[in-house]
Amino acid sequence: MTVAKRIIPCLDVTDGRVVKGINFVELQDAGDPVEIAKKYNEQGADEITFLDITASSDGRGLIFDIIEKVAKQIFIPLTVGGGVKSCEDIRNLLNAGADKVGINTSAINNPDLVAEASARFGSQAIVVAIDAKRVEDHWEVFTHGGRNATGIDAILWAEKMVNLGAGELLITSMDKDGTKTGFDNELNKLISEKVNVPIIASGGVGNLQHLVDGVKEGGADAVLAASIFHYGEYTIQEAKEYMAKNNIEIRL
Amino acid sequence: MIAIIDYGVGNLRSVHNAVRFISPQTKSFISSDPDKIIKADRIIFPGQGAMPDCIRELDKRGLTDVLLEVAKQKPFLGICLGLQMLFEKSEEGNQKGLGLLPGEIKRFKLSDIERIKIPHMGWNNVNQSNSHPMWNKIETGSRFYFVHSYYADVSDKDVAVGYSEHGENFACAVAKDNIFATQFHPEKSAQFGLQLLKNFILWDI
Repeated sequence: MTVAKRIIPCLDVTDGRVVKGINFVELQDAGDPVEIAKKYNEQGADEITFLDITASSDGRGLIFDIIEKVAKQIFIPLTVGGGVKSCEDIRNLLNAGADKVGINTSAINNPDLVAEASARFGSQAIVVAIDAKRVEDHWEVFTHGGRNATGIDAILWAEKMVNLGAGELLITSMDKDGTKTGFDNELNKLISEKVNVPIIASGGVGNLQHLVDGVKEGGADAVLAASIFHYGEYTIQEAKEYMAKNNIEIRL
Repeated sequence: MIAIIDYGVGNLRSVHNAVRFISPQTKSFISSDPDKIIKADRIIFPGQGAMPDCIRELDKRGLTDVLLEVAKQKPFLGICLGLQMLFEKSEEGNQKGLGLLPGEIKRFKLSDIERIKIPHMGWNNVNQSNSHPMWNKIETGSRFYFVHSYYADVSDKDVAVGYSEHGENFACAVAKDNIFATQFHPEKSAQFGLQLLKNFILWDI
């Protein structure tokens, strides 16, 4: 027996509500974040990720309130990402009750933030999120929901982030996100073999077999999904039972 | 009355939230005031980050002596770094610990035989190796949430009450007299973690 593979439902939050879109556009309302987090906890989620995609400046503070409420009622790890720019932002999210904070675009603009943050809060609190897209024969890091290319090789970037102190990597395939055709297991496998920190596969889950493939083919330590859980297609419990049936070590 | 020791590191609020959730009637507070800590009935000693920083922060706040005193008298629960600091020393920065428990803190080693990820992050089985009132209503093998890169290599097997496997079979729960400490995070371990905290509130030494 060893450490279990994790199932992480992801809640995209804007202006205090959970939304889900396709390829980061066409957002639809999917409900109250605190209620949804409670439901997932009851179903046996191993962890919950909140991604704050609020664009308006007035709505941005709402995530703190949500995290505080969730942290008073739910006793599993909570990760928060989206718009994190400084150690100050990270400290505020950790103080509100987050256990880990995801850094994405800011790591590209200022890689030293990853080093500073992991030295200050510990690597375990720092998740670097990488949005990658296939460009010819390799993968590149993209920002702004896959619209802006950075020219950075995704695999080299993953290694660099771990060297700077990332305790975990969240890899989202911009080609797969919202397509329901499964993770980019080829990309995840390459990264998983290169780094020794846990990796979370994200983007593209459409059915439970995709979760199994993410672990078995992609080498992921955790799988993240949003829409298959939000719209009630599957419960977390069903996902876990399916994975366990496929000989993946799971916390049931 | 439960004191959660604040020495400027880690997320103390989640521990406090969990204690309040399971027992709203139990008075609990986060404090770095030695006078308040010494008056509490029970002590929770959490921790996060690097051990040399934690020890330095304890010293800076003048908490080392009061900690050594309460750790000899009252029900005392160490969590994560709060377990590691109870031992004699750590490989991390070659740091001396509080020396309340026998053994040394070591880093997980990468090996070619069995590939492991560091940090050890996620839900792992805790196999109870000794009975203890803190295991009440928790079955052996139940999964708890871990996040750490160092573990306790105990030099007296009697202090180990639970083991987990991550490359090594390591003591993830230790106990001696009024001290109980876990490498995992009960405050993040859903129902079994909350049960462990309930057991702590009820533990008569």
